[in-house]
Amino acid sequence: MPKIIVVTSGKGGVGKTTTSASFASGLALRGNKTVVIDFDVGLRNLDLIMGCERRVVYDIINVINNEVSLKQALIKDKHCDNLYVLPASQTRDKDALNLEAVGRILDELKESFDCIVCDSPAGIEHGAFSAMYYADEALIVTNPEVSSVRDSDRILGILAAKSKRAVEGLDPVKEHLLVTRYDPKRVAAGEMLSVDDIQEILRIPLIGVIPESESVLQASNSGTPAIHLEKSDVAEAYRDLVARFMGDEVPMRFTTAEKAGFLKRLFGGR
Amino acid sequence: MSLIDNLLDYLRGDTKKTAVVAKERLQIILAHERAGRNANSPDYLPALQEELLAVIAKYIHVDRDMIKVQLEKHGDYEVLELNIMLPEDKRAGA
Ligand SMILES: Nc1ncnc2c1ncn2[C@@H]1O[C@H](COP(=O)(O)OP(=O)(O)O)[C@@H](O)[C@H]1O
Ligand SMILES: [Mg+2]
Repeated sequence: MPKIIVVTSGKGGVGKTTTSASFASGLALRGNKTVVIDFDVGLRNLDLIMGCERRVVYDIINVINNEVSLKQALIKDKHCDNLYVLPASQTRDKDALNLEAVGRILDELKESFDCIVCDSPAGIEHGAFSAMYYADEALIVTNPEVSSVRDSDRILGILAAKSKRAVEGLDPVKEHLLVTRYDPKRVAAGEMLSVDDIQEILRIPLIGVIPESESVLQASNSGTPAIHLEKSDVAEAYRDLVARFMGDEVPMRFTTAEKAGFLKRLFGGR
Repeated sequence: MSLIDNLLDYLRGDTKKTAVVAKERLQIILAHERAGRNANSPDYLPALQEELLAVIAKYIHVDRDMIKVQLEKHGDYEVLELNIMLPEDKRAGA
């Protein structure tokens, strides 16, 4: 059965697009035929993070308006074989994303893909709603920060009450907590909510913890999803996330601050 | 807070860390917001809360934040929960 997975959060800037790019790439690396869709109409960015911005010709709105076929709009990823990107439109407005049309596109994608990853825009309005409405599963991207946790709770409320699965009385959307931009040092100092705190508050199963890292900027600079980085905590954390999503038992990592060794304490550095 | 207070807190080790404050604040506000969006919370609840508040205010001065009306489901039956936090001095006198 093909799966529709929404990457959502309510709040902006928490790491949805970064996560969508790496998660979709990871799914493809594990052999799933995967498409990642940018729902942020008007503020498209997934193409830049995936490094395919110069190959965008058509977008999701062209498909919705029947101007081109899905096949014409899909862009093949340059890093993975099984991965395609469906970009958002940069010029049209969000209202073009009507639920019925989005449903039609998703149905067509289900015929040829195993995993459909929907990168949601911020907010709870039109674009965000159409990204989550058809979801089977949801990655709730949350930063260890009060406003992000509150917004995630709001999104969980909407998934539970207004998603297609809720409205039609089917099994509820399967929710996964993904904590991103986590800084174990600050948690240890009592300056940042811990993963346990966030999980206790939101009461959904934890699927991963992505540490705060400078390498994310390097990945976006070069248009390479962070999961492909060598020797990077973030890449490993995203690979763990994908493995857990696929059902592997993988212990949580990057949740505790490593004790700085003597030399490191003496000379600093990270 | 004065320097002395800070120092005493430090020595006693009981400065509340901001992460603890964040967690407490979130638990309170989210409990409130979840109750508000609960689909089967009947629409007379806000009005009931207002009227109760008016009655109580005739006798005691209570803050609007100090009263909570909530409908909770326990198995097959529902419990209407009314919580009023009385101000310190009133509690002592009564
Ligand atoms: N784990 C991380 N460590 C450091 N910076 C990150 C991390 N994840 C995301 N960022 C940065 O945060 C910003 C917002 O990320 P983005 O994925 O665009 O968020 P959203 O799609 O939720 O708005 C970007 O500048 C991105 O590089
Ligand atoms: Mg984004």
